Amino acid sequence: MSLSSRFENIEMAQHLCGKLLEGWDLSEETTHWILMALREALANAIKHGNAQDTDKRVHLEMDVADSTLRIRIRDEGRGFDPEGVVDPLAPENRLKTSGRGIFYMKTFMDEVRFRQIDGGGMEIVLTKDLAQGRHKKEEGN
Amino acid sequence: MKTTVREAAGSVQIVDLKGKITIGAGDVQLRETINHLVEAGKKHILINMHDVTTIDSSGIGELVGCYTSVTNKGGKLKLLHLPPKINDVLTVTQLITVFDVYESEPEAVASFA
Repeated sequence: MSLSSRFENIEMAQHLCGKLLEGWDLSEETTHWILMALREALANAIKHGNAQDTDKRVHLEMDVADSTLRIRIRDEGRGFDPEGVVDPLAPENRLKTSGRGIFYMKTFMDEVRFRQIDGGGMEIVLTKDLAQGRHKKEEGN
Repeated sequence: MKTTVREAAGSVQIVDLKGKITIGAGDVQLRETINHLVEAGKKHILINMHDVTTIDSSGIGELVGCYTSVTNKGGKLKLLHLPPKINDVLTVTQLITVFDVYESEPEAVASFA
């Protein structure tokens, strides 16, 4: 699907991802953190990728295969160097007001990959093994 | 997000937040509420997070920005009733060590004295 570059669309994408995850018997925690990672990636694409230009789209694919969730998000912006993002845990950065989104994605997902698209845009692929997050509901009760 | 400000003993300003502090929905509102208090000369601010349902990196950034602006004016900003997931989000970025966090409102108010 493709979304216009509006923050309101993040809610809709989270809702759809939540529906996709239903039936996997994931713990509430696991689902929450996946949806937060999705939120961060979409916010990144809308704000930093497309600079909130509503003429630009954010392209989103979500799929589960062999118990692995793969979320692919692509913007139509000028891209950025993910290696250039500062470490939010460094003492000198701890009180900065931005720069934590990618850190949260990496914390809550198994893998986060970035790819600069030829012709413009940045693609982020978030991966999570859902088998790891299953059956924890019972453990938590 | 809804914000309500009430005053407790010692001119402590308690800011009750309700709803989401996320990009485009509550983050700017939080900043404006705290800035208004700072501009009014309020130096003791307690943010009650009990009814905050969701926060993202943008909301966390605003919390940090509010902390800095209050501290730079010689004031103190503390947090009350952190929901577990918000506690987790602050913990992984090591911000939990920056904020004073309380579970009891009377204790939190008294701590400003």
